[in-house]
Amino acid sequence: MKNLVELKDVYFNRGDTPIYEGVNLVVPEGKVTAIMGPSGCGKTTLLRLIGGQLKPTRGEVHFAGHQVNKLGRSALFDLRKRMSMLFQSGALFSEMTVFDNVAFPLREHTDLPENIIATVVKMKLDSVGLRGAAHLFPSELSGGMARRAALARSIALDPELIMYDEPFAGQDPISMGMLVKLIRSLNSTLGLTSIVVSHDIHEVMSIADHVCIMANKKIVAQGSPEQLEREGNELVLQFLHGEPDGPVPFHYPAADYAEDLLGSGVRR
Amino acid sequence: MKAIQELGRNTLNTIRGIGNATIMLFQALVGKPQPLKMFPLLMRQLYVVGVQSMLIILVSGLFIGMVLGLQGYTILVDFGAEQALGPMVALSLLRELGPVVTALLFAGRAGSALTAEIGLMRATEQLSSLEMMAVDPLRRVIAPRFWAGFLSMPLLAFMFSAIGIYGGFVVGVQWLGVDDGAFWSVMQASVEWQHDVMNGFIKSLVFAFVVTWIALYKGYTAEPTSPGISAATTQTVVYSSLAVLGLDFVLTAVMFG
Amino acid sequence: MEARKIELLVGVFITAAIAALVFLAMQVANTTGALRGETYTLYAKFDNIGGLKVRSPVKVGGVVVGRVSNISLDSEYFEPVVEMKISVQYKGFPDTSTASILTSGLLGEQYIGLEPGFMDDGVMTLEDGDHIFMTNSAMVLENLIGQFLFSQGND
Repeated sequence: MKNLVELKDVYFNRGDTPIYEGVNLVVPEGKVTAIMGPSGCGKTTLLRLIGGQLKPTRGEVHFAGHQVNKLGRSALFDLRKRMSMLFQSGALFSEMTVFDNVAFPLREHTDLPENIIATVVKMKLDSVGLRGAAHLFPSELSGGMARRAALARSIALDPELIMYDEPFAGQDPISMGMLVKLIRSLNSTLGLTSIVVSHDIHEVMSIADHVCIMANKKIVAQGSPEQLEREGNELVLQFLHGEPDGPVPFHYPAADYAEDLLGSGVRR
Repeated sequence: MKAIQELGRNTLNTIRGIGNATIMLFQALVGKPQPLKMFPLLMRQLYVVGVQSMLIILVSGLFIGMVLGLQGYTILVDFGAEQALGPMVALSLLRELGPVVTALLFAGRAGSALTAEIGLMRATEQLSSLEMMAVDPLRRVIAPRFWAGFLSMPLLAFMFSAIGIYGGFVVGVQWLGVDDGAFWSVMQASVEWQHDVMNGFIKSLVFAFVVTWIALYKGYTAEPTSPGISAATTQTVVYSSLAVLGLDFVLTAVMFG
Repeated sequence: MEARKIELLVGVFITAAIAALVFLAMQVANTTGALRGETYTLYAKFDNIGGLKVRSPVKVGGVVVGRVSNISLDSEYFEPVVEMKISVQYKGFPDTSTASILTSGLLGEQYIGLEPGFMDDGVMTLEDGDHIFMTNSAMVLENLIGQFLFSQGND
């Protein structure tokens, strides 16, 4: 099995705060890979590293045989035509209709005549169930619809890799169900490779072939969902089962409780 | 000691900001032009930046011209020199008020809108999403807005001066009774195309460059949160106004000093 | 449809700007004056230039033919030298012409009045870079009053 994306010993700092210290990650081709972890551990940053929007302080990021962090601007732009990203907010262009949003990458990167573009756009919109909403503006869509429209836009150019940034965040159960079904079915029908960043464990576990769990600036476990459930350490199990206390403590690190209370009393 | 360190840090930050802004503008504007793609984008921005600022510019210009006519008359009539009203109104507008007031109004009307729009595009990840679609947001978003601002403002300044002079004419000639012929002929005798109209035009080109640049940079680097965008919008108006007034002094000193 | 409306309004915008510019050019500014287009340069020495400034007009019989482009002091005789740029459409003044520094009105600004001299066979015309030798300096009010008092005293 080939790996489409590979991260080797990646270090990344935001300002002076280290975000990653030695991340190793593989994304097998043609599968749905889920990246999970507590909020604030930099999962979105990981996607931006793969897309080349950020560069690691150390280490290598590979996509389809190219080292992303070493590419020049134009080579990087060429590579990005082969991947796409679904942003958390959808990131539809607010001054265009849904139709024009989906047509945007086609108009930008192909020389197709307008009638063929229209056909392609309708097909893409139909695959996410929004063909009837083509004339609407993003502000007229519900959150779930906006995300589906953005999904149609991200598959417009038939990419090899699609990255989902928190696709389920803030969705009602019905739209969540639709998105889960879409991610799975797009992956199999279009032969895509998908990376899903999320912390909605149940939804993710139901569609993922490969799961990576991030914590403490590293990947702490990766494997198939069953494998993790079987062999996971304490931290992984805490995360998978959503227990409030464990290796990831409930309390933010603080001074001793009693001392804190009494100490402040004394100072008064 | 601390104050000096503070000063040093602020200076360094300012220099860094100017450097980053220059790089941004350079990357946005330099490169092979794509007129076919640019044209519709530029049209749209000319509409947003230029056409939508026209009303406020015309109304303000008319009123400022009328006030100049009124004030100028009451001062000049004491010296029996009310025939100098024409050149007074025309020269004040062409040399100073046209470019400066247009730039200030433009910063408030169009500059703040540009900052907020681009800041929101960043906050809603539209800029990132462009980048991930292999489209350079600098070329796609910043460049057409820059050209639109740079082209619109001098045109707006011409309109401002023209309608202001008309306002001065209405008040001075039609209302206060300055001689019609004298108003225009004395004006024509003292207003010179090269020296007054063109220097005003150069001023307004400089202001257009600076105001649009500040607005775009502030939007592009705005922190993608509500307080961040509102702070950036305020900064656009404040920095643009200060830059316009400061540069106006320098330019006036060079041109008319 | 949307795009067409935008293009139309932008067209209106540009038209309004051009109209403003035409208004400024035709009605407000003095575009016919000298210093536009081709010019040639003449020099004149005066004893005293009074309040003459760079850009003051040069007039022939009240018609503006050029402007003062530079005023400097001759380093040998310490006399002011005035450089004038005259529009090429007014060429061929005889070198017997006189340049005087005059004042428009009682308190008005000062300008150079150029009075063409006689034309004769031996008289050359003024070409680019030539000097006007016959000049009348500015009237200085203090000197005039002084002369007046002096002549009163003589009586």
